Amino acid sequence: MEAQMDGTFHIQTGVADRVIAILAEQAMLEPSQIAREARLDALGLDSLGLVETLFAIEESFDVSVPFNANDPSQSRFDLSTVGALIDGVEALIAAR
Amino acid sequence: MRRVVITGAGTVNPLGQTVAETLAAMQAGRVAIGPLDIPLLERLSVKIGAQVRGWQPEAHFDKARLAFLDRHVQFALVAARQAMAEAGLRPDPARSAVIMGTAGGGLVTSDEAYRAVYAEGKARVHPFTVPRLMPSAAASHISMEFGLTGPTFAVSSACASSNHAIGLAFQMVRAGMVDQALAGGSEAMLSFGGLKAWEGLRVMSPDGCRPFAAGRNGMVQGEGAAVFLLETLEAAQARGAAVLAEVAGFAMTADAADIVLPNPEGAARAMAGALADAGLAPDAVDHINAHGTGTAANDRSEAEAMARVFGARAFGGRAGAIPVTATKSLHGHLIGAAGAVELIGVLSALQGLIPPTAGFDAADPACAVDLVTGAARRAEVGVALSNAFAFGGLNAVLALRRAGA
Repeated sequence: MEAQMDGTFHIQTGVADRVIAILAEQAMLEPSQIAREARLDALGLDSLGLVETLFAIEESFDVSVPFNANDPSQSRFDLSTVGALIDGVEALIAAR
Repeated sequence: MRRVVITGAGTVNPLGQTVAETLAAMQAGRVAIGPLDIPLLERLSVKIGAQVRGWQPEAHFDKARLAFLDRHVQFALVAARQAMAEAGLRPDPARSAVIMGTAGGGLVTSDEAYRAVYAEGKARVHPFTVPRLMPSAAASHISMEFGLTGPTFAVSSACASSNHAIGLAFQMVRAGMVDQALAGGSEAMLSFGGLKAWEGLRVMSPDGCRPFAAGRNGMVQGEGAAVFLLETLEAAQARGAAVLAEVAGFAMTADAADIVLPNPEGAARAMAGALADAGLAPDAVDHINAHGTGTAANDRSEAEAMARVFGARAFGGRAGAIPVTATKSLHGHLIGAAGAVELIGVLSALQGLIPPTAGFDAADPACAVDLVTGAARRAEVGVALSNAFAFGGLNAVLALRRAGA
């Protein structure tokens, strides 16, 4: 956090921290409990939890995540691990 | 107990604006799913659906009345008029029921009103917004149109709404609570807000509805209505009316499990229950009109439920396999009107022609039913089931018997 000239604070957190914060809230874990290497399916998120997570990511980064719940394996988006999700979100932001 | 038959049918749906048009399109396997034509389409990620094209409400209603009619009620009223005209009976008003299913009610009206006050900053919405959007509006307008003064209400059970409505009407006529009933369902949620809501669940297909196929990737939304006139077999025979089909049994169950995922146990109990209610053995079933949404979860679960009830006959390629069709691939998923419009496909099957399922690419071992694909299949169908398995685990199955069987 850094103080601004007008006295407010601007939160400077990276994409990774924000994605982990979203995952932590959905999975009801502490951010410190979520490692980049962790598999998403090991976080205890069910399919609806994943849909809500992606919604939160889309809203928070103003991106659209290509994901069809009918066939997650066919989606053009890697949701295997936390790190893959973060990389994917960063790619979507770069392509925005 | 009294036997209950259907002597009138009416519909407005993406395949046609009469039963005759709909039957012809279903039997030809015509797909009414295509690019959507609605405002703000560019902001939607799902851009296909099955709309009622060329709908001209002013051809059916005068201007003063139209001000009270949401799109789904317009469809319902026109369908009810057709059903009444075909049945050609003079109902005893107090002995007549009107039961209509809808999942969303007047969603087009809600969408317009919200846009006016939120997006456009207007100070007021249309003065008839409330009577237009209430989910019971279709039932009320049908009762008013024909002066029917008996039990009249709406049923809402998501995608099973119209099967619940028809099933309840059947039970009331069978039990002698009323002598005739108009029952069915109507839905119109192909609005920007309606589709946005569905997009969020990520179960919509971007390119088509392919029930029970390996390449299926979701559902496609439709709109429309269908309404049926139910009366006793005795009354129909006494007045020499043509019988379209007999409603032989009905059952409804709840999964009590998940708000979106289906459960084969609840679906199997509903199918078995409808047969038991009709006094029929599973062996008697010649055809199943599946719920068949084209989502990964439904089709797998529904096939599993069929296997529990029908054993080997639930699998394609086996001796005596039960032909299954899923006409959502043609007219889209009509949500609260789905079971009603699909019942028209069942009427076709009972007359010997099972409409085909479109979009089939390859078999999925997880739901390898005997799917009617390509062209309509000729078959001797004496008994058919019509399935509806809704979000929230609400299941409603109708058992139909061929007239005179």
